[in-house]
Amino acid sequence: MHPEIIPTISKFIVSTILEQPSRNLKPGEPLITSGLIDSMSLVDLALFVEDTFGVHLDDTELTSDTFDTLEQLAEIIAKRQQ
Amino acid sequence: MSTLPQVLWDAGQQVPEQVAIYLQHAHQPDLSIRYRDLLTGGVKYARLLEQHGILPGDVVILILQHGIDLVYGFWGAILHGAIPSIMPFLTEKLLPEKYRADLASLIAVTKPVALITYPDFVEEAKAALTQGGPVRAVISTDPGTHHDERGDVDVLTTMGGFRRQPEDVVLLQHSSGTTGLQKGVALSHQAVLRHMTTYSEAIRLSTQDVIVSWLPLYHDMGLIAGFLMPILTRTPLVLMSPFDWVRAPYRLLQAVSRYHGTLTWLPNFAYNFCVSKIRDRDLEGVDLSSWRSVINCSEPMRWESHARFYERFAPFGLRESALATCYAMAENTFAVSQGGIDGEVVWMDVDRDILQLNGIAQPPSEGGVAVRMLSAGKPIRGVDVRVLSSEGTPLGDYIVGELAVKSDTMLTGYYNRPDLTEKAFVDGYYLTGDLGFTGGGEVYVSGRKKDLMIVGGRNIYPQDLEELAGTVPGVHPGRMVVFGVFDEITGTEEVVAIVEADTESQEEREQIAAQVREKVTRGSAVVLRRVQVVDAHWLIKTSSGKISRFANRQKYLQQFCQQNG
Repeated sequence: MHPEIIPTISKFIVSTILEQPSRNLKPGEPLITSGLIDSMSLVDLALFVEDTFGVHLDDTELTSDTFDTLEQLAEIIAKRQQ
Repeated sequence: MSTLPQVLWDAGQQVPEQVAIYLQHAHQPDLSIRYRDLLTGGVKYARLLEQHGILPGDVVILILQHGIDLVYGFWGAILHGAIPSIMPFLTEKLLPEKYRADLASLIAVTKPVALITYPDFVEEAKAALTQGGPVRAVISTDPGTHHDERGDVDVLTTMGGFRRQPEDVVLLQHSSGTTGLQKGVALSHQAVLRHMTTYSEAIRLSTQDVIVSWLPLYHDMGLIAGFLMPILTRTPLVLMSPFDWVRAPYRLLQAVSRYHGTLTWLPNFAYNFCVSKIRDRDLEGVDLSSWRSVINCSEPMRWESHARFYERFAPFGLRESALATCYAMAENTFAVSQGGIDGEVVWMDVDRDILQLNGIAQPPSEGGVAVRMLSAGKPIRGVDVRVLSSEGTPLGDYIVGELAVKSDTMLTGYYNRPDLTEKAFVDGYYLTGDLGFTGGGEVYVSGRKKDLMIVGGRNIYPQDLEELAGTVPGVHPGRMVVFGVFDEITGTEEVVAIVEADTESQEEREQIAAQVREKVTRGSAVVLRRVQVVDAHWLIKTSSGKISRFANRQKYLQQFCQQNG
């Protein structure tokens, strides 16, 4: 897995979605089931992932069934980049 | 005067094959529900209610998501003569125990006798019940019984719904949150049916129209404009899930294009949301020229949102004349006023400071800051709007006061809350809690008297969120405040929480902020935009010792936001 994926997404989430830039997200911290990222921000996350990593996430994948943590999301991205 | 079962029955007899609803689910073929299906599907649920000993006039709570069960369950309750009310389904970010508590508080006031939900949610729903409580049955949906052909339709007219009187209550609507769920707006058959007539007239509804909606049915805009009106007036409805829309807002535009949709109702934030989150690649071949009215309703409307929406989608055929506005509330069944149907939406440039400080709407004075206010249109037929001073006397044009409404489509009352009902009316006028003014026959809404926030079209009571924030360790008991701040980018109010804490440590304060966020989100499904941890004694109290939302909001804006005021 590319080591920079997690910090890149993490930075986007804390600065743009949470507006709490000094916050530290753990790679295994639940994002969706915890309500940290609400449904209104999921599209932003998907568009960011697409623009940054060239990986498309379908809208039906934007649920905790597909990913809930930074680790899981990074894994999907790394897999699709191959 | 007729009743809802009668109107549905007539449609089932006269146009049985006409499609009432095109029901959409992401990545599934659309499901066509004809009028005859509404009767056969509804009758199954009516029978289920009968089997469980539910009587006409009893309240039935539907705990169902977007889908065919919700459609049939709702009409089944109506056909049986029971009173349906739709409760939002549990979302994953909301804690199940909090959901249970909300459900329990709804049950305590509304006293439903039955709940209808999915088989795998029955146990969860039962967990909210208490021994000796009003609920006698938790009824499970049965996926096997749908789309039968004839069913029991022939015996339908013997059902309880056909013995309901026009003045009987037909349904209840609740706002969200603990406070909202304890206040069910009860509407009668005649109020709903009269409103169908007057509102159809206001929007010039015709047989050429196709309504496209993603709005949830537990909200008045979704239930009335995006469900009951199309069905009762035989206007085809394309209905998608709010969950699908929020993850892929382009689906709305694709549906409009595909079905030649003509009418859609949206809360203001949805205009901004569509503008910023839809990419051109998802709009290939999309043609929006059939859209004759996109009606902005249910939260403060912004001229900027309309302008951005038009600019973004004009290349796809959106007409500028399609932009429309509406002022509505569940207590009036739905619409109070409607604008932008026969001509463009009226707007007025108002001096912001004079409006805020003196409560007068006038053109900007020299050097003054102008705010472009959208009119919510003219009162629809049968509705009288007054602007009242704080002493309750009617005010003249362009003077801000509380909007009060009188009509013949008003609520029967807040269900089982005669105390609240009585307080809500003065001289036959319903006190809306909204501030605004009239001018040139138009109604303008400028703010709110009550502390209620409207976030993404959803009513939120700050006290519910404050209570949750107060449970976080490290937060001073009773020393917190929650309020809304309008955000230009999202086009809606963003929720801000301020809490007092003793600790000076930045790290501990970050932790407190994170916990407040989590507590509030998981306890209310409301996402806080910002949590500000402040020193003890930062918050301003009123003379009666209460924390003032208004004063603290002003202080917050001055101290942490610099712009505006």
